Order: sequence, then structure tokens, then C-alpha cells
Amino acid sequence: MPKIKLPTKSPHIDMTPMVDLFSVVLTFLMLTATMRQQEPAPVDTPYSISEKPTPDFNTLTLILSNDDRVFLNFDNGPDTAFKFRPKILAEMGKRYNIEFTETELRGFEKYPASMGVPILKMKEFLAAKDAKEMSSFQTGIPVDSTDNQLALWILFARQVNPNIQACIKGDTKTGFPIVKKVLDIMADKNVYKFNLITNLEAAKINLAEIQK
Amino acid sequence: MAEIIQEEKAGGKKKAKKHAPHIDMTPMVDLMCLLITFFMLTTAFSKPKIMEINLPEKIKDPTKQEAPRISASRTLNIILGPDNLIYWYPGAVKPEDYTNLPPVSQVDFSPTGIREMLLERNRSLAKKIADYNEQVLTGKLVISQDSLLSGIRKLKTDDDTGPIVLIKAYKKANYGNFVDILDEMNICGIARYTFVDIAWFEEKMVEAAAGIPSAPATAQK
Repeated sequence: MPKIKLPTKSPHIDMTPMVDLFSVVLTFLMLTATMRQQEPAPVDTPYSISEKPTPDFNTLTLILSNDDRVFLNFDNGPDTAFKFRPKILAEMGKRYNIEFTETELRGFEKYPASMGVPILKMKEFLAAKDAKEMSSFQTGIPVDSTDNQLALWILFARQVNPNIQACIKGDTKTGFPIVKKVLDIMADKNVYKFNLITNLEAAKINLAEIQK
Repeated sequence: MAEIIQEEKAGGKKKAKKHAPHIDMTPMVDLMCLLITFFMLTTAFSKPKIMEINLPEKIKDPTKQEAPRISASRTLNIILGPDNLIYWYPGAVKPEDYTNLPPVSQVDFSPTGIREMLLERNRSLAKKIADYNEQVLTGKLVISQDSLLSGIRKLKTDDDTGPIVLIKAYKKANYGNFVDILDEMNICGIARYTFVDIAWFEEKMVEAAAGIPSAPATAQK
């Protein structure tokens, strides 16, 4: 029997189409990327039918983790010309007689995620070198009536930026007492309008059921 | 790779170098793969959504301001209880009933639970809203999204038969329940609802219904 001769092929595969495709995907991803923020505590948000997207700037986000810690984030979106993060921290420092240096204020401005640090630990937190050390200070913002730092943060945030909108991002399993405490603190500061951050889910109601 | 390192003859005339017709793209592809993986993992694709809620204004000075009065016949009290259950009762509890509290009914968050209960009571408004939506969807009525929303808002303001829902939360409820019940209000098109503090007798009613040993009857609030 004669041997079947396979045509000798060059060992190279033409990768050009693959590279083309990769470039397109890469460009797309790079242009649409909004970096996912590293949160100090994992938060599993509840679902709702609301379709309104989260505002991009002027937000004051309160994060309630399921171990009853409260975190805060002030976000001005991509436009940071109106630097209110350092201003808020400076106000806070004035209240607690802590002098924050220029580098510390800048560090706070640059810190990208939400923070849950008692103000007395803030200097150490900002001086921390790596993320692991930083997260050890994230014990949550005190909300007790004796040391209500959350109320002060909210107060100064609203003084510095009157247009700030309150968003609440809570974990599904967060116990209600802490939610209520936070809502009460907000109400004390005359914040009655909240945006609750949720994930989208579809809900159907049976039309026939209504028409009965 | 191997073919790039071509033996060059030392000395001699400098010839125009002959390049292989294809460039080795492997390192570039490697790098791109890494970048794509990185971006895919760090990109937040779906932006989280928000649900708006307005809380009633806190009455800071009770001598100056009186709590708004609402009719008891339209009131529906919904209490978020432990274990993802909802307890509800209609109307109000009068002070003379404190020794003999009315029973509460128990439902869950499933579509056949709370949603059916709310739709039952909010039928006329829910029907109006559904008809309105239907007209827009089928193209009988051509309006913009904004006027659709304001139309629905108007239907809600004009409504005077639907329930006034007071949402309360027992201390063992969780945040997920809170969002879920507000979501149900939106789904069922309830026109008037608000979140208020739970009263001490309501805590007792829930405890009795859920079989939780009640805390000693001190003046709780």
C-alpha cells in the first residue's frame, strides 16, 4: 500500500486574526473599564426591580456590612477638581483637635475605597504601608450616641458639599438594629432622602391576577 | 525564536537584511491575553442600581408639630419579622386594646405571599397602572418615558382607595427584608407607604405570633 503523503506544513500558525480579535476586545475593555473598587468588607447587595443607575458623583455612600460595621465613602466621580475629601477630613480633624498634614490629606484624597476608621486611628491608618495593615484599622465608624463620629462625618460632608446625595449599600444579612441606627442618625441631620443600592432583578406580576 | 537568530557572516558586504515574512507574535499575544484577563476581572460590568426612598420627617419638637393623621380603615401595618417572615394587621391598635392585642397574620416574601396580599388590597390602582402601561406597550398611546412615569405618579396621587402602608421592622429583621418590602411596594404600585418605628405593642404581637419568649414587660420603646 502506498503511504499517504501529508503535505508538509510550516509549523507556524497564522495568528494575525487572533491578534486582531484580541486587540479589539482589549480596546473595548480598556475603554469601558470602570475599576471595581476594592471594598474593605464584602457586601452582598439585595435585589430590586429599580432600573435607575447609581449616580456618578456627589455621593456619600454608607456601607453596612453584615458584621455591623459602618463604612463611609465620599465619591466625586472621575472629576476630582472639586476636592472635597481632604476638606471633610480637615474639618473632622479640627473637631477632634487632630492636625492632619498635607501628605495625610492627600493620602486620604487618593485612597480609593470606602473607609471605616475611627478618627483617632486615622493618622495611623493613613501612615499604613500596605493594604493588609490598612484593613486592620477598618473597625467601622463609631455610631454610638457617646461617640457619634458618623453623624459628624455626615454633617461635614454636607457642609463641604451641599449637593451630596446619601446612598446606602447594605448587605442582605445586615441586622436591622444597625440599619435603624444609621437611618436615625441621618434623620437627625435632616437627611430623609436615600438611595438604596441594589442589584437589578426582574419581577413579574400576573396581569390576569389583577384583572380578576 | 530560532529563526530570528540568523547567522550573520562577519565581514563582507552589508546586504539588505532579508526578513522572514512573518514576525513572531507569540510574546505580544501572551501579553494581550494577560491584559484581557486583567481587564475582564477588574471591570464592573453591570452598574449597581438605586432605589429611592423618602423617610417621613422626624418630629423633633412634638409641641410645635403634630403627627399626620391617617384614616385607620385604609391603614395596613406591615411588620418585618424574624426568619424572613412578614406579619401584618389592618387598622390601628387603640390604647384600650393593649391588654388584648389583635392577632397578626403571617406571610412570606414569595409572589404568592405578600405580593398577592398587597395586590388584593390595591387592585383598582394596580389595574389602572397596568392598563396604562399596557396602552403604552401596545402602542395605543405614544408618549415618552418621562411622561409615562409622571402619568403613573399622577395615578398614584389621585388614588384614594388603596391602602396606606406603614412598614415597621422588628429587631430581628435584616436589611434584605427592608429592601424587599420597599421593592414589593414598587411592584404592587402602592401609592402611599412609609417606614415608621415599631411600637412596643407591635413587638409583642410579633413575639406572640412567632413564638419568641417576650422580654419582660417594662416600658420599652
